[in-house]
Amino acid sequence: MPNPDEAGGEPDAAPRGLGQMTRTSGANGGGQQGSGKLPRKRFYRARAHSNPLSDSHFPIPISPDDVDLSQHYPRYFPADKGEHGDGDGDAEAPRIRFADVGCGFGGLLVGLSPLFPDKLMIGMELRDKVTEYVKERVLALRASNPGQYDNISVVRTNSMKYIPNYFGKAQLSKMFFLFPDPHFKEKNHRRRVISMHLLDEYAYVMEAGGIIYTITDVEELGIWMRTCLEKHPLFGAVPEEEIKVDPVVKLLSSATEEGQKVARNGGQTFQAIFRRISLQEE
Amino acid sequence: MEDAAVEEAEVSGAGEFAPALVAAHPLGHSVAVAVGPELRVFDLKGGCAVSLSDDSGGCSHSDAIRAISFSVDGALFASAGDDKLVKIWKTDSWRCIQTITSEKRVSAVAISKDGLYVTFADKFGVIWLVTVGEHGGGQVSSDDNKPVSIYGHYCSIITSMKFSPDGRFIATADRDFKIRVTSFPKDPVKGAPQIQSFCLGHTEFVSSIAFTSLSGGSSFLLSGGGDSTVRLWDYINGCLLDTYEVKDKVGEQPDETEDSNLAIADLCVTNDDSLVAVAIQSLNGIMLLACDLVAKKLSFLKVITTEKSYIPTSLAYSSSDDLLWTVMGASNMPNQAASQLLTRVRIIPRFQKDLSASADHDPAVLEDSEVPHGEKLLLALQGSLDASKQEEVLAAVLAALRVSMHKMLVKKNYSEERREQRKRGRNDKKIKK
Repeated sequence: MPNPDEAGGEPDAAPRGLGQMTRTSGANGGGQQGSGKLPRKRFYRARAHSNPLSDSHFPIPISPDDVDLSQHYPRYFPADKGEHGDGDGDAEAPRIRFADVGCGFGGLLVGLSPLFPDKLMIGMELRDKVTEYVKERVLALRASNPGQYDNISVVRTNSMKYIPNYFGKAQLSKMFFLFPDPHFKEKNHRRRVISMHLLDEYAYVMEAGGIIYTITDVEELGIWMRTCLEKHPLFGAVPEEEIKVDPVVKLLSSATEEGQKVARNGGQTFQAIFRRISLQEE
Repeated sequence: MEDAAVEEAEVSGAGEFAPALVAAHPLGHSVAVAVGPELRVFDLKGGCAVSLSDDSGGCSHSDAIRAISFSVDGALFASAGDDKLVKIWKTDSWRCIQTITSEKRVSAVAISKDGLYVTFADKFGVIWLVTVGEHGGGQVSSDDNKPVSIYGHYCSIITSMKFSPDGRFIATADRDFKIRVTSFPKDPVKGAPQIQSFCLGHTEFVSSIAFTSLSGGSSFLLSGGGDSTVRLWDYINGCLLDTYEVKDKVGEQPDETEDSNLAIADLCVTNDDSLVAVAIQSLNGIMLLACDLVAKKLSFLKVITTEKSYIPTSLAYSSSDDLLWTVMGASNMPNQAASQLLTRVRIIPRFQKDLSASADHDPAVLEDSEVPHGEKLLLALQGSLDASKQEEVLAAVLAALRVSMHKMLVKKNYSEERREQRKRGRNDKKIKK
């Protein structure tokens, strides 16, 4: 039987709460762990797949205005409202600019964070265990590297259904789809995270000139993603020279857990990197 | 306990309940009522029931019709439903000129402003487009004119689909609280990938949307939903302008039960956009909201009450003769015989005058004897004049209404306990205690 006093006085339970990503919980090191200690994957084992078609039971923001950024990026959105109110005249509130859709264990976010320290980025993941792991990982990184990793966070959501609930029109400058579920069967193709219809929504939340990065180790899916992007009137291929000098591209295959696994096994990867273009008016 | 109740209802088929629909010809030539697989049309000019003819070579409707719509000029009419058929009718002769077979059940249908295309939405949230075949000598080969998918809401039921009055946009509402406004391109056969905006704000399914007409170059969007609100939108920018909670006013009705469900069933814009008529799932009557497009505000005007057993399921307004058509009825109810496909039609006349007149002359529902074309119209659209038989059926409809829309559109909320139980046996979800 838990002692009620203990439960009340013990803040360790807080970080387990849904969607909480605050400085205070970070300082407590996320549950059982000591400050700054990274979570261990063995405690966050999850299935490799999750059904994107099923009804969701987690909370969804009603509109992008409802996304509570102070929970995700406490350093950028200090809880002290008075201080925040002073500065509202000149400085525009930062917005999330990068989205890693299906972020998995968050390797890319961790890699991107020091590259773009002034850009807010978010990982979106459907599996709650995995989301929880990333949450703990970010909090641990923040605790052990003060001043760093304050610009990354994670949210548990079904991005195939709820992208417009998180981002406004032309809000994002980069979107990532790394090693998504291949869904081989034709009947399951509609579960693929890249499809002609879903690209409409991704195009909506991306600014003109924004870049969408996709990579997979499954040739069939690689062709599928490239074909969808080529066919879509709102996306155009990024030239090879630009891809070569883009520091982000290296991370695609090296930063993520999936990518490292492929590299370890000497597997081949298939990238498709496209730019959001505006439709020329006829 | 709650879960058990939900499942019981599912088994008994209440989830499949299909409300009766009404649509009025924009120029007042005719009025159409759909209940179950039956499409009933009354010619208001000729004063007689229309017998439909079909030379499209397709089947006739065999299951509940879920959506009907006239084109803007009234020349075309489309009907579609659970039998996966979309039928396009020419309204001068009420001939079916095209029958399209959808892969999935159809939940919404609309005709583009220019009358060249018919769009329909299936149960997976995919919006399809077909070119209306100009039926010169039957040279439109069926292969050329397969429906093409132009966009989709990911795995969500589309509840309502409308074209903007300028024809530039198509708006679709879904059960996931969303309204998507999409640019309707000049050549829509290639798809409609450009999203103009999302109108987000409803906290439950969106059941009905309607555009106001074009005034001063701009129009607005109205929506009603399961959250008992009517909302006014600047759909170009996806901005919520005003929200009206119907709870406040319906609560004043003396005999409302506590657990009544105040989901918006249907709404329609009347009277040069100054008035919105709202059907609410447990309100016997129509709520009228004043819609001030200058101040961008919605405000309560009045409730026109009908008899207690009459809760409209669908509304239509014909501006040419200032009539608000309302219909109540349903099909697919448990234990319902085919002969019982009865509906009740009530008409609220002289809309325009009543609004400007002072409150001493309340708009009232027409008695059956006052209805244009009298019994002839009622017999054609209702299916019966027998009042006692009607009472019986409407009582059943009433009961089904209370649960229907929720069964269909609300996400089932399983208790935490139940979800854990379902997950038992999964290795990744061992509960740490």
